[in-house]
Amino acid sequence: MTEKLVIIGNGMAPGRMLEHLLEKAPDRYQVTIFNAEPRVNYDRIMLSPVLSGEKDYEEIIIHGDGWYIKHGITLYKGHKIVAIDRQAKTVTSDHGVTEPYDKLVIATGSVPFIIPVPGHNLPGVLTYRDLDDVRAMMLAAQSRAKAVVIGGGLLGLEAAAGLNAQGMDVTVLHVMPTLMERQLDPAAGYLLQRAVEERGIKVITKANTQAITGNGKVEQVELADGTVIPATLVVMAVGIRPNAALAKEAGIAVNRGIVVDAGMRSNDPDIFALGECAEVNGMVYGLVAPLYEMARVAASQLAGDEAAAFVHSDTPTKLKVTGIELFSLGDFAEGEDRQEIVLRDAAAGVYKRLVLKDDRIIGTVLYGETADGAWFNDLKKKQTDISEMRDTLIFGQSYQGGAPLDPMAAVAALPDDAEICGCNGVCKGKITGAITAKGLTSLDDVRAHTKASASCGSCTGLVEKLMVLTIGDNYNPAAVQPMCGCTTLGHDEVRRLIKAKSLKTIPAVMQELEWKTSCGCAKCRPALNYYLVCDWPNDYADDYQSRFINERVHANIQKDGTYSVVPRMWGGVTSASELRAIADVVDKFEIPMVKVTGGQRIDMLGIRKEDLPAVWADLGQAGFVSGHAYAKGLRTVKTCVGSDWCRFGTQDSTGLGIRIEKFMWGSWTPAKVKMAVSGCPRNCAEATCKDVGVICVDSGYEIHFAGAAGLDIKGTEVLGLVRTEDEALEHIVALTQMYREQGRYLERIYKWAKRIGIPEIKRQIMDDGEKRKAYYERFVFSQKFAQVDPWSERVSGKDKHEFRPMASVGFAEAAE
Amino acid sequence: MMNWIAIGTLSDIPRRGARCVATPEGKIAVFRTADDQVYAIDDHCPHKGGPLSQGIVHGAAVTCPLHNWVISLETGKALGADEGVVRTIPVRIDGERLFIALEALASRAA
Repeated sequence: MTEKLVIIGNGMAPGRMLEHLLEKAPDRYQVTIFNAEPRVNYDRIMLSPVLSGEKDYEEIIIHGDGWYIKHGITLYKGHKIVAIDRQAKTVTSDHGVTEPYDKLVIATGSVPFIIPVPGHNLPGVLTYRDLDDVRAMMLAAQSRAKAVVIGGGLLGLEAAAGLNAQGMDVTVLHVMPTLMERQLDPAAGYLLQRAVEERGIKVITKANTQAITGNGKVEQVELADGTVIPATLVVMAVGIRPNAALAKEAGIAVNRGIVVDAGMRSNDPDIFALGECAEVNGMVYGLVAPLYEMARVAASQLAGDEAAAFVHSDTPTKLKVTGIELFSLGDFAEGEDRQEIVLRDAAAGVYKRLVLKDDRIIGTVLYGETADGAWFNDLKKKQTDISEMRDTLIFGQSYQGGAPLDPMAAVAALPDDAEICGCNGVCKGKITGAITAKGLTSLDDVRAHTKASASCGSCTGLVEKLMVLTIGDNYNPAAVQPMCGCTTLGHDEVRRLIKAKSLKTIPAVMQELEWKTSCGCAKCRPALNYYLVCDWPNDYADDYQSRFINERVHANIQKDGTYSVVPRMWGGVTSASELRAIADVVDKFEIPMVKVTGGQRIDMLGIRKEDLPAVWADLGQAGFVSGHAYAKGLRTVKTCVGSDWCRFGTQDSTGLGIRIEKFMWGSWTPAKVKMAVSGCPRNCAEATCKDVGVICVDSGYEIHFAGAAGLDIKGTEVLGLVRTEDEALEHIVALTQMYREQGRYLERIYKWAKRIGIPEIKRQIMDDGEKRKAYYERFVFSQKFAQVDPWSERVSGKDKHEFRPMASVGFAEAAE
Repeated sequence: MMNWIAIGTLSDIPRRGARCVATPEGKIAVFRTADDQVYAIDDHCPHKGGPLSQGIVHGAAVTCPLHNWVISLETGKALGADEGVVRTIPVRIDGERLFIALEALASRAA
């Protein structure tokens, strides 16, 4: 006797299930399918090629009408099931067809997630889910010019590439800092963004969509930061959620999706669920491989094999955009018991990362060259011990077999005409020839004579190996101290390359300069963050998580975890109302310690982190801004009372100090900068041990710099004498900018000056008016972006998560 | 007995950052790495008690803000030449939601 099998939904999972079922038990069931879409089963994975015009709908059909006829299957196209009656064991469609079942399979798939921003229902806002969406997009592409895709995940990027191929001007908005962050680490995300942008698609990360606006149809998208992007088409591709509403209404157990056991059976033994709507072992799936696995299991169960069970396995992710090679698999988190092997080839745009645990691959990210993805997947699946081939594993399958390659032997085996330095076109023979002929012994010599590794520097390792091969022990490895264990490059090299290669994000630096770790360390991240802020003031958004805590919360951490707060007092001048406000704050927050600092400021110590925003709010009311006492930046300009009061004063030292401070506050510098202005050579402001100091004299202003009164004690050097206050300001600003551009992170001015040489600094700042002017202009430009009071930003709610615990637990129990 | 306590969601914690959970026995620091692994350890450096939640997070480790000890988030052990260990607290991620297991509190409640 044939049983009645009814299937709700006609996507890829039930299609595959039927194929298996027809094979295992061809005559057991009489099959009826209800499909809400008015068509047969087609390959949804291939929608992107349809959108980009590389394929037609007909080419992506899996089961044509003939297939259903041949197998005696009844297919109701365009029928949406609106009710399941589990008592009567029937389903009813929106066209009024009621069909009885013995076994029911729910495969309702998923629904796209719509961000409920104002305007999300305007005409012109689409999702990207089925053929109707694709047709609507293709229609829009014909007549309209600008499109915004919200969502920089797999689907969003494929939609963007498709629309771009259809001739639209596309902008992708992504809320996270890097694209496809679920599948890719930041390094690969950076490469992907670059490739997407190279196609002419604009990408805005950290983009928080606030509203879609327009008069009766989409006209523009507005972001939380005020950016407005004109658009006539908006595609939302921010994710999917299981479509389980029908099952829920029928009283079937639903969590995130329809809850099924490993046999794909719901809590009603005659009802199965599979595909994106099903939740098995707490997981829901969206990629095709596990959905096909569900189909296999469900078919076996329906055919009577009760042992068939679904087993989770990681599925590789691939992006289906022509010309972008991307592969991601498994778990690529870091951990102490895990090792990573990273291969970066900046010139070829290749990034590969393998994550290993106990000599087995557990995760893989490949970008730019994915041919070995299948092999790595296989090694992972089979849990192959890779210790034997560890050294060459990352190079892929073709490098395996036989003895592992010795990298030195590999270099030795290169022919003389093999290109070593791609930037300058230098081959091996030229380098070894120069080393022998000219008796070169250092890397710098080789660079000077051959230009090899003198541009991007990524071939430095190869050049060094050549030197060892040619002159053996006579080679002196360069004495450059690397920035940290994550790189072999020193600070200066990194700074030079950031400029030379226009690197504008931390992942970009790490990729292009071939960092050895995937996310840096506490040494290099703050340094890179500073270099990028300094070099790209209008482009680079500072990376909050790469700041030291003091700069993250704009206060100074103390030994007990409390903070101290120092408001700015311009030039060290205060007033009765300011002092009263400080006194009130001290009382209100029971601040245990108030102290006058060496830089002529008032320090309030022992403030709890949670209280910081409220303390700032009160201080802000009184007109105070942050004193940046925590900053690698301008901290204080100390002054004496000068010609206004002092009988010896020669100039308005207080006024100049305030002017410098108001001009320069907020700028980031390699290390802290403390200044002082004294009104006469008696030097009451102690300007001659500061980073920058001014001694006023009758004939003008004597500018000093490179003093120290900390770990080292050192009197200042004289930069020169200038006549007017304006000139003094220009020279000081130019000097500071020169230091900002050349200093190594955490290197104070006196150390930088020693390294560069005092005469060189004098030459550039005092003698070369053009250079000075240029430094000055660059500083002024960067100040446009730097002079934002961080306290008032925090008071108005920025980063408020930083100041509150995420939860309080256990207190009620403890009180009992 | 493990007592799983809900403390919030993954998105409450910034990537490469941390948030605190207050308990009667002191603060617990809950970390989220660049690739969305979540770890919880006592917010108390084994060296001089620095608040580890305030440090810079890199890989599966955090650098203490007071004296730059580097603590493994997985084992709670100081890395490199330093020696010391801090308590680790089991974390469970269920979709977006985060839970920590507090043994001591559970027994006290009973």
